[in-house]
Amino acid sequence: MTRTPLPLQLASPTARPDALGRFGKFGGKYVPETLMPALHELEAAYRAYAENSDFQAELGGLLRDYVGRPSPLYFAERLTQHHARPDGTGPQIYLKREDLNHTGAHKINNALGQVLLAKRMGKQRVIAETGAGQHGVATATVCARFGLDCVIYMGERDMERQALNVFRMRLMGAEVRPVTAGTGTLKDATSEAIRDWVTNVETTHYILGSVAGPHPYPMMVRDFHAVIGAETRRQCQEKWGGLPDILLACVGGGSNAMGLFHEFVEDSSVRFIGIEAAGEGVNTDKHAATLTAGRVGVLHGAMSYLLQDTEGQVIEAHSISAGLDYPGVGPEHSYLKDTGRAEYYSVSDQAAIEAFQQVSRLEGIIPALETAHAFAYLNSLCPQLSGSPYIVINCSGRGDKDVQTVAKVLDQSSNA
Amino acid sequence: MANQAGKPMKSVSEQFRLLRDRQQCALIPFITAGDPDLSTTAEALKVLDRSGADLIELGVPYSDPLADGPVIQAAATRALRQGVTLDQVLEVVQSVSPQLQAPVILFTYYNPILNRGTDAFFQAIAAAGVRGLVVPDLPLEEVETLLAPAAAAGIEITLLVAPTTPSDRIKQIAAQSGGFIYLVSVTGVTGMRSELQSRVQSLLQNLQSLTDKPVGVGFGVSEPEQARQLKNWGADAVIVGSAFVKRLAADQAGLSAIETFCQQLKAVL
Repeated sequence: MTRTPLPLQLASPTARPDALGRFGKFGGKYVPETLMPALHELEAAYRAYAENSDFQAELGGLLRDYVGRPSPLYFAERLTQHHARPDGTGPQIYLKREDLNHTGAHKINNALGQVLLAKRMGKQRVIAETGAGQHGVATATVCARFGLDCVIYMGERDMERQALNVFRMRLMGAEVRPVTAGTGTLKDATSEAIRDWVTNVETTHYILGSVAGPHPYPMMVRDFHAVIGAETRRQCQEKWGGLPDILLACVGGGSNAMGLFHEFVEDSSVRFIGIEAAGEGVNTDKHAATLTAGRVGVLHGAMSYLLQDTEGQVIEAHSISAGLDYPGVGPEHSYLKDTGRAEYYSVSDQAAIEAFQQVSRLEGIIPALETAHAFAYLNSLCPQLSGSPYIVINCSGRGDKDVQTVAKVLDQSSNA
Repeated sequence: MANQAGKPMKSVSEQFRLLRDRQQCALIPFITAGDPDLSTTAEALKVLDRSGADLIELGVPYSDPLADGPVIQAAATRALRQGVTLDQVLEVVQSVSPQLQAPVILFTYYNPILNRGTDAFFQAIAAAGVRGLVVPDLPLEEVETLLAPAAAAGIEITLLVAPTTPSDRIKQIAAQSGGFIYLVSVTGVTGMRSELQSRVQSLLQNLQSLTDKPVGVGFGVSEPEQARQLKNWGADAVIVGSAFVKRLAADQAGLSAIETFCQQLKAVL
């Protein structure tokens, strides 16, 4: 397997991002002026509380007792056997079980961190966007826990394909507002959440759910998820006394991948692989493979790779997985791609559905369709590897929410 | 750049100087280019110019207009569905602007500028006869890379001040803003609102205590009574967008509807 050398500019973790919120040329704050004071306020609050022991103690206690952290690092024995060579050697596959967190995905780490900030900033109302509904559920959950008003923006089409999560959010007292603009997916829900924030910025905190958006969100959301990588390092040490060789995660906006990668950025022996959604194929017009097929642009407040046409109009993404169905990507991923620190590939809807079934049968774990993209890439990756490297996959979410979508697809194909 | 009489076209600043000398409050209508179609846009520019518009703001349709409310979002979606491009919009400006007294200000989000390349973008819009530019998703920190190429092309970039902007920041924005300063009257997106927030008066007073540059007030202004109120509070310009876009798109009689509406607004300023 090839190893990517560590670029020199990554030597200091404090330089990511710089004072203007930039990762190289990516990131920044491309937002209406109305939001600028709120972004300054949020950054100041975040920087103050990141160092504050009361804040950290409260967050740490809730992550332990409410979320159930640390999440296990699980050896996927049958998946490992499945990918073994005839002589029995091959990659050792471990899963970081973020699907076991309260609410069933990694999203709660960030929602909890941000709600504690919102409370300290005196904001009584919280808004969020959601695609698959996992971030919406996480936000509704922490708002219920802390008694805050909660409005979730969700594309109309996503509300249909993630009906279970819509019910969960409403059950916990959140208002779910359907967004009909565009294709009614995550991009449009994010735009609508930003419009709400512009309007109600003085009373409202926006819990953005990925490592995307204007500074300080990409940094802050990454940092709240960095617990994933930090635990992984300790657990690898306990289990085999070393580092992982490969970290593998799906990438829509990219929060679960950044949460896993961040801890290891300076460990140059650790290879990072992010998997995007190829939908019906990156050569079709129905995919969400931003880093694979996009060009540099600006969306939702940040400069990053972007799916856009020759006029600079944003193209609607497509993926069977609502959480990856986004034409942008977090700016730090664009930076990690351009510096060569991380590699990004894509996996089709079809391959993701096959992996969804495969992991269910081999491990008794039903992964989210988003997560299934990362699992699907094992089929390409494992034959390329020599020896018995340790692979850690971020098992970022559970797939209960997706069973109806997958049942529908399988039903169609069996009737075809 | 010259109009039909051979005189150079007025810049945004020059227009404001003339208006100030006459102690007039400027009327700045906004329309979305390509809605309902580009030939109507060309006619609409001429209609507005002869019905009292002192400057005209022309919106370039964009797929993700974060700062816009439902009316202008829908107009942009309709225009894009017909395949309207930046070059087509500039062709309209080029063909019509020599006949206009009112300088044309282009309103566009940043990604189409980045996509075109900054220098190429400014050369193209200047060649078409555009005199000013508003980019709603470029705050002070991000606009800096555009200032030099804009100045080289003779384009004034007008920056926005929001109700949430603190005074020290207002001073920095005012210092960099070209043509005038765009005061966003509400925390919110563009769109028609029945009443002006009373704090607009104090926002205007505060802004004018910090700068000598003209101040135009927009977002949420949709009725002659609101325009009159803003004039009385000391605004140098009133910007009306969604109310024009809605009338123009409503039916076949859109052009005569915006003519009447423009005259009504002008009458109170």
